[in-house]
Amino acid sequence: MTPQVRYVLRLADSNLVLAQRLGEWVGHAPALEEDLGLANVSLDLLGQARLLLGHAGELEGKGRGEDQLAYLREESEYFNLTLVEQPNGDFGDTIVRQFLFDAWQLGLYEALSGSSDATLAAISAKGAREAAYHLRYSGGWLVRLGDGTAESHARVAHSLAVLWPYTNELFHDDGVDRAVANSGIGVLPSTLAARWTTRVDEAIEHATLARPAASGFGWYGKQGRHSEHLGYLLAEMQSLHRAHPGATW
Amino acid sequence: MYTQGLDSLGKDCLRDEGRDSSALESRFQARVDAEEKVEAKDWMPEAYRRTLVRQISQHAHSEIVGMLPEGNWITRAPSLKRKTILIAKVQDEGGHGAYLYSAAETLGVARAELVDQLLAGKAKYSSIFNYPTPTWADVGAIGWLVDGAAIMNQIPLCRCSYGPYARAMVRICKEESFHQRQGYEIMLRLSRGSEAQRAMAQAALDRWWWPSLMMFGPSDNESKHSAQSMRWKIKRFSNDELRQKFVDTTVPQADYLGLKVPDPELAWDEAQQHYRFGAIDWREFEQVLAGEGPCNRERIEARRKAHADGRWVREAAAAWAHKQARASSRAA
Amino acid sequence: MDESRSDWPLYEIFIRAKSGLDHKHVGSLHATDARMALEHARDLYTRRQEGVSIWAVRSADIVASDPADSDVFFEPARDKIYRHPTFYDIPDEVKTL
Repeated sequence: MTPQVRYVLRLADSNLVLAQRLGEWVGHAPALEEDLGLANVSLDLLGQARLLLGHAGELEGKGRGEDQLAYLREESEYFNLTLVEQPNGDFGDTIVRQFLFDAWQLGLYEALSGSSDATLAAISAKGAREAAYHLRYSGGWLVRLGDGTAESHARVAHSLAVLWPYTNELFHDDGVDRAVANSGIGVLPSTLAARWTTRVDEAIEHATLARPAASGFGWYGKQGRHSEHLGYLLAEMQSLHRAHPGATW
Repeated sequence: MYTQGLDSLGKDCLRDEGRDSSALESRFQARVDAEEKVEAKDWMPEAYRRTLVRQISQHAHSEIVGMLPEGNWITRAPSLKRKTILIAKVQDEGGHGAYLYSAAETLGVARAELVDQLLAGKAKYSSIFNYPTPTWADVGAIGWLVDGAAIMNQIPLCRCSYGPYARAMVRICKEESFHQRQGYEIMLRLSRGSEAQRAMAQAALDRWWWPSLMMFGPSDNESKHSAQSMRWKIKRFSNDELRQKFVDTTVPQADYLGLKVPDPELAWDEAQQHYRFGAIDWREFEQVLAGEGPCNRERIEARRKAHADGRWVREAAAAWAHKQARASSRAA
Repeated sequence: MDESRSDWPLYEIFIRAKSGLDHKHVGSLHATDARMALEHARDLYTRRQEGVSIWAVRSADIVASDPADSDVFFEPARDKIYRHPTFYDIPDEVKTL
């Protein structure tokens, strides 16, 4: 698998897994309006995932389409960020996970709009507009929960502490990243750190929260080494499709 | 339809509201007869208002509860396209619930109160959503049959006498046809697929056919209040008329799928140009309505849990808004 | 459930479908603040690209004319647009809806 294919799959998989997580909320959100809001983000991410999967399949040239890639790869072949496979938890956990991701994704798509891979650039340009809206949505909720009641503040401070260690991975450069950055297709993750930190710090302050201490532990979901959660997620997502090999739906 | 004429008018509808009101009532009736729309602040008989609050809120509750039987297949949809369509459909249903709660609120009841009634088990919603969706084919069957039945009722409601409800229905109807089509398309793919897929589709039709017929509610000669609802143009066609229309439309669709409707008495009546169909087991309907259906408890429990789990979130949002309001009035 | 009385006030939503048209009333929704009202309105009323501009106004801030008929027998003249829930303060014991 070329670095380019792997890179595109990383982006696709993070979107797909996060869309799957958000899909679990529909019908169970704190208010009817949030059912719609979360479904909206889920649909946007799913749409981006489908475009990226299609593109990865074409680049790979082995005839794998979006469904084969989504439903027939195992955990070790999935390259999403470990952050996005974390369980939904309560609404605060979901919002913090979303916010940390949105702030990262917006910066990433903005940078990728200049990719030498024209398809990736186009997907990113559209994705950036969607990510901007998602960030507005998740950022707004982060502030409401952080600066709402004593209970909401405590809950979301806890969410932030639990999820913070997964953010290391967002800015870790590896061989694939370096290869695609050199060819102008991708961007080095570490180059996104400063902008992300500024956005996040601003929101955290507005939410009367405190930035958790840095964690030393590294996560490598983007290399196919996942937490325990991805297995369950994929089992649920893939089971029906796998039960009927070759079927069309 | 989602109201099934459940208890459309309370006893109070028949109470004499006093001699003075009779002039107002006849003027009101004249407006309704002339197909004028009644708006939120217009004078209306108290029974008319109560009927609408019940009917609209039951309809709204049905949309919200209806998100659950299909929502539970979002994470397992067998293709990304189907997943996308299903999320969009369930999102639409939530939206329909929101439009309907809005319409109900114009009549002087708060959404929070309506939701409390639902969660307390005091409000009714369409019985159809108390059935389980054990297979993917059930998602198709719901779109095809349940949304199909809903459309049959909703189109006439676009001409309901109460303006806000009629307008909500117009908006809903525009979105609803996509729902039915996606359901039918699922069934089409299944019926033309593998033997296992075909069997899945047939089994789903076997499960959903009769409950869908029950959605239209009991025969109108069982319901004393249909006549009043018709006179007020809240109800435009009888339950039996709509049910017959549904059967006549849907049986050919099943034939096209190559699936068999689970009714040995089903037969085309050439003289009447209608399908004759078998007797409905109304005991099942009553049991489900009384809370003894397969999923009644689960559906309400799910809604209760969402509401309870979300309380701290709603409170936080309200608290934050208050802080902002206080801060800006201090700054002013 | 006391909490259900807490404030997610009602907002009326007006959408301009496309440039050149007026904003049209499309319905209402609940939100705690203006920004949330706009986001909710976007998700609720523009899923099918039905809008280029959204206005959200708190229902309580709208003043309305009296209905054309003067037949307000049972309603004292009020200048709000709905039979709004806050106008009905039914004691809890009487709730048998």
